[in-house]
Amino acid sequence: MRYSLTSLLKQTLTGHKGWTPQWRDAAPKAEYDIIIVGGGGHGLATAYYLAKEYGLRNIAVLEKSWIGSGNIGRNTTIIRSNYLLSENISLYELSLKLWEGLEQDFNYNAMVSQRGVLNLYHSDGQRDAYARRGNMMRLNGADSELLDREGVRKLYPFLNFDAARFPIQGGLLQKRGGTVRHDAVAWGYARGASDRGVDVIQNCEVTGIDIVDGRAVGVQTSRGAIRAKKIGLAVAGSSSRVAAMAGMRLPIESHVLQAFVSEGLKPVIPGVITFGAGHFYISQSDKGGLVFGGDIDGYNSYAQRGNLPVVEDVCEGGMALMPAIGRARMLRNWGGLVDMSMDGSPIIDRTHVKGLYLNAGWCYGGFKATPGSGFVFAHLLAKDEPHPAANRLLLDRFLSGHIVDEKGQGAQPNLH
Amino acid sequence: MRIPCPYCGSRDASEFSYSGDATLTRPAPDNADAMFDYVYLRDNPVGVHREYWYHDAGCHAWLTVTRNVSTHEVIDAVLAHDEAAS
Repeated sequence: MRYSLTSLLKQTLTGHKGWTPQWRDAAPKAEYDIIIVGGGGHGLATAYYLAKEYGLRNIAVLEKSWIGSGNIGRNTTIIRSNYLLSENISLYELSLKLWEGLEQDFNYNAMVSQRGVLNLYHSDGQRDAYARRGNMMRLNGADSELLDREGVRKLYPFLNFDAARFPIQGGLLQKRGGTVRHDAVAWGYARGASDRGVDVIQNCEVTGIDIVDGRAVGVQTSRGAIRAKKIGLAVAGSSSRVAAMAGMRLPIESHVLQAFVSEGLKPVIPGVITFGAGHFYISQSDKGGLVFGGDIDGYNSYAQRGNLPVVEDVCEGGMALMPAIGRARMLRNWGGLVDMSMDGSPIIDRTHVKGLYLNAGWCYGGFKATPGSGFVFAHLLAKDEPHPAANRLLLDRFLSGHIVDEKGQGAQPNLH
Repeated sequence: MRIPCPYCGSRDASEFSYSGDATLTRPAPDNADAMFDYVYLRDNPVGVHREYWYHDAGCHAWLTVTRNVSTHEVIDAVLAHDEAAS
C-alpha cells in the first residue's frame, strides 16, 4: 500500500480498518542470493538499496530479535556530516543527502527535521580547530558556518555564556544537520525492502557461518541452515562475535553508550547543541522530551546498560551548558552496544572469506550513517568493489597504516 | 561497578581508568605481523574478560581485573605487577 493523502482520507472515512501490515514477517527459504545478517537500520537499508538500486530481489535480512531492536531504536536521533577527514565526510555527506530525500524515496514519514547542529567552542584553540573543520566540510561539499558569540546568542540566548570556566565563544553550525524519527527509519526501510521482495526474517539468530574452500556458502541459524551466494554482516555492537564465526578477529572492542530523555516539556531547544568543553549533546524530540547523551562508559561491555558515573558526568555537562536543565526531571536512560574501532572510523569491506562482507566499527556514529551505510554496502555486495564514497574505510587500513583517525587518539577504542 | 583494589579495598569504578585487554603480550618490535596483531586486533569476547584498570584517583596501581562484560560483575582484581612477576 502506497501512503498518500488520498489513502489517509480513505482510511479516515472507513474507520482506519483497512491498514495492512507494513512488511511481511517472512519465514526463511532454503537459499538466497544474498543474506544480510542484522535487521537494524544498516542491514535493512542495505537490503532496500540492493533491491532498489541494483534490482536484486532474492535477499533475506536475518534478525535475531525484532527489527529495530538494537541501536536504531537506542540512539539520540541526530544526523550531521560535520567531520574533519575527507574519508569520513564523503560517506556522511552522502548519507545526509540521502536523508534529505529519504521520505519521498521510501514513501514513509521518518520526520526528517533539518533543525541545525551547533558545536560550541570555548577557547581560541578550539575556535581555530572548528574553523579548520568547517573549511574541510565545505571543501568536501557539506555546509558549515562559523558563528561568534553573538551569533550563538541569537539562536540560544539561554545558554551559560559567561560560565567562569568554559565561557561560550561561538560555535560551528551545520544547518542541514538535525534529527530524525529513528524507529520510523527501520520501519520505512523494512517496508520498502519487503515490498520489493526482500524477506525480512525476525527471531532468526545466526549461530554459524558455513565456509567451503575459503568461500562463504551459507549460515546456520536458530531457524535452520540457509544457503547463500553472498553474506553481508551488519551487526555493529556484536561484530566481533559474528565475525568470529568466520575465524576473524577484528580491530574492534564492544562498548556501551548511554542516552537519556527528560520528561516532556514545551518547545525550548529548537536545534541540536553540543557542549565543547565536555562531552554532552542535546536536542528536543517532537514529543517534548529533552534527548541527550555524552561519552561512552569506557570499558568493554555487552550489557546494553551502563553505570552511574557516566549518568552523573552527562548531567554535569548539561548543567554547565544550560543550567535551566536542572529544573527538568530525567525520565529514562538506556544503553546500546557500539563497535568501537581502533581509529574511530567504520569498516566497510570484503573479508578474507570470498562472498563474506563486513559493515562494522561505527563507534557512536552509526545512526546518522544509516542511509549512506546501506547505500555503499549495497554497492559493495552487488559489485564486489567499494563505493567511491567509502573506498578508504577498508579493513586492511590498520595493517597498511592508512588509518582514519578523526581525533588522533591512536589505537585506544575507548578514547574515540 | 566497584573494583576491589588490593591496596584500597572496594572502590567505585569511576576512580579508575580503563586500559583494555590484559591477555595480550607485546611481541618483539621487529615482528611486524605480531605487532599489528597486538596493537589492533582484539578477541572482544562475550562473558569473562581480563583487562587492565589503573587506579588514578587512588593508589596509582595497575590492576588486572577479571570482569563479566555481559553483566558487569567484577570477579577478581590483582596487581598487574604481581601477575607479571609470577
